[in-house]
Amino acid sequence: MDTLIAIAGLGIVVLLAEVINLRKFIVPITVAGLLAILAYSWNNFNGTESFYNNMIIVNKFSLAFSSLFIVLSIFLIAMGGDFYKEHPTKFSDYISIKLFMLSGAVAMVSFGNMAMFFLGIEVLSISLYILAGSDRLNVLSNESGMKYFLLGSFASGIILFGICLVYGATGYFDVPSIYGLSQGAGLPVWFPIGVTMIIIGMLFKIAAFPFHFWAPDVYEGAPSLVTATMSTLAKVVAVATLYKLASNLMVELDYKTQILIVVISILTMTVGNFMALKQHNVKRMLAFSGISHAGFMLMALLSIKTVAANLFYYTAAYALAGIAAFAVIIYVSRSGRDENISSFNGLGKKNPLMAAVLTASLLSMAGIPVFAGFFAKFMLFSQTIAAGYLVVVIFGVVNSIVSIGYYFKLILAMYTKEDNTTENNKVSLIYSIVAVLAIVLNIIIGVHPNLLTSLL
Amino acid sequence: MNNILNEIGIENYIYLAVILFSIGVFGVLYRRNAIIVFMSIEIMLNAVNLLFVAFSTYHQDAEGQVFVFFSMAVAAAEVAVGLAILVSVFRNIGSIDIGKLKNLKG
Repeated sequence: MDTLIAIAGLGIVVLLAEVINLRKFIVPITVAGLLAILAYSWNNFNGTESFYNNMIIVNKFSLAFSSLFIVLSIFLIAMGGDFYKEHPTKFSDYISIKLFMLSGAVAMVSFGNMAMFFLGIEVLSISLYILAGSDRLNVLSNESGMKYFLLGSFASGIILFGICLVYGATGYFDVPSIYGLSQGAGLPVWFPIGVTMIIIGMLFKIAAFPFHFWAPDVYEGAPSLVTATMSTLAKVVAVATLYKLASNLMVELDYKTQILIVVISILTMTVGNFMALKQHNVKRMLAFSGISHAGFMLMALLSIKTVAANLFYYTAAYALAGIAAFAVIIYVSRSGRDENISSFNGLGKKNPLMAAVLTASLLSMAGIPVFAGFFAKFMLFSQTIAAGYLVVVIFGVVNSIVSIGYYFKLILAMYTKEDNTTENNKVSLIYSIVAVLAIVLNIIIGVHPNLLTSLL
Repeated sequence: MNNILNEIGIENYIYLAVILFSIGVFGVLYRRNAIIVFMSIEIMLNAVNLLFVAFSTYHQDAEGQVFVFFSMAVAAAEVAVGLAILVSVFRNIGSIDIGKLKNLKG
């Protein structure tokens, strides 16, 4: 609870800092504040607690995911200091919108009431619409913001209808009460319809097949830092929320639901991977890669009772690799190039460190050992086999192999292709620092998986 | 109040809300004018608000009506952001036809 209030308060502090001419200190203040909030919420955690009539329920799940979101936000905001330096007057707005978005994200994993869930998802989405369209003189950014807004509010409408039907069937917005009622028989038919609509709305938000078509356009058009936010933070938030909702609303997965999850998971992985194979724009490629990762994460719903720790590990591994990869992509685009794969030609010679970080993060996403991505996939697969869904795992393994195809396209461009253009724009050091830190964290949790899995 | 609800029946409220919601959905999917798309999204959200109020009376529980305030506030904020994006789209391409937003493909 205090975490949520403190993050929202920090956003207001950032806005005030602009008023009293402390623009230079906004990023240090925010990063220090977020670190303090992180330490505070771990120190003050003593078991499951609920606040304000069950509006917010703080437990290990919400604490672990909130911490992950805060860490990701620290990286994203640290990069924001340099990324937005051409727009000094709007600087505090961008940072505070990111903080308000983070507060929405925390509300989404610690809700105890449907009202809190809905407000959280809307705060997160509305902030992202603004950020996606924030480069307002650029037609591509406008288009991206518009598409995201239309699809996002469409999905919000579906989620709202779902919440309404669940309320109509049970008479409660309170999640523990709904959980209690859903175990007994005799609920009206609106209840399963409502749950299905909420889940469909969430599938829109995590960009799972067949609701994935908006993601590549939005990711490509948005400013790179916003794409990084959407593909790491927003995706992880949506997956965690979907898991929490499903474990609270679908008590027993009946056979039809299981089949549905299996099919959606397999199709999401496959479609994402095969579309990614033919992309030339790196942001678009990573968008499709994110879709296929959403498919892997959906696999977690099949063994819903026991999978929380593995899902947390997978999301952390994916998001840290994503942050590192996007830090390098922003670095390259800041040095005066576009985001096509050909822009990465010869990066291995010009800047070996950044090339190595990008290689490592792509290998982590592909699932090569030492990096966290491998252990994440390994644990998720073995859990799914134990639950008895061998066919999903077979598709998962095949898809991991396919995904190496497009990840290596980028790696080969960096190390084997020559680049004759010379431009020496000075790029801020912060991107290198963030990239290295993120990939080091990724390797640390790869070597010691129980650092994270023991949290849940 | 309760009598009226009993006479009409909660099902009819659900049918009405579903019809309004579907009108909104088809508006979003088939209309190309951005303002009309925004209106369709509003119809979707307001259909749900109507159903919330009906369920609130059905359960004799005020929570549903309180939720409507949240969802109205959220819808207002959402449309404000949407209109701001629309203004910058109009400044750049001089049209509010969302069919003309076709630069991102692949």
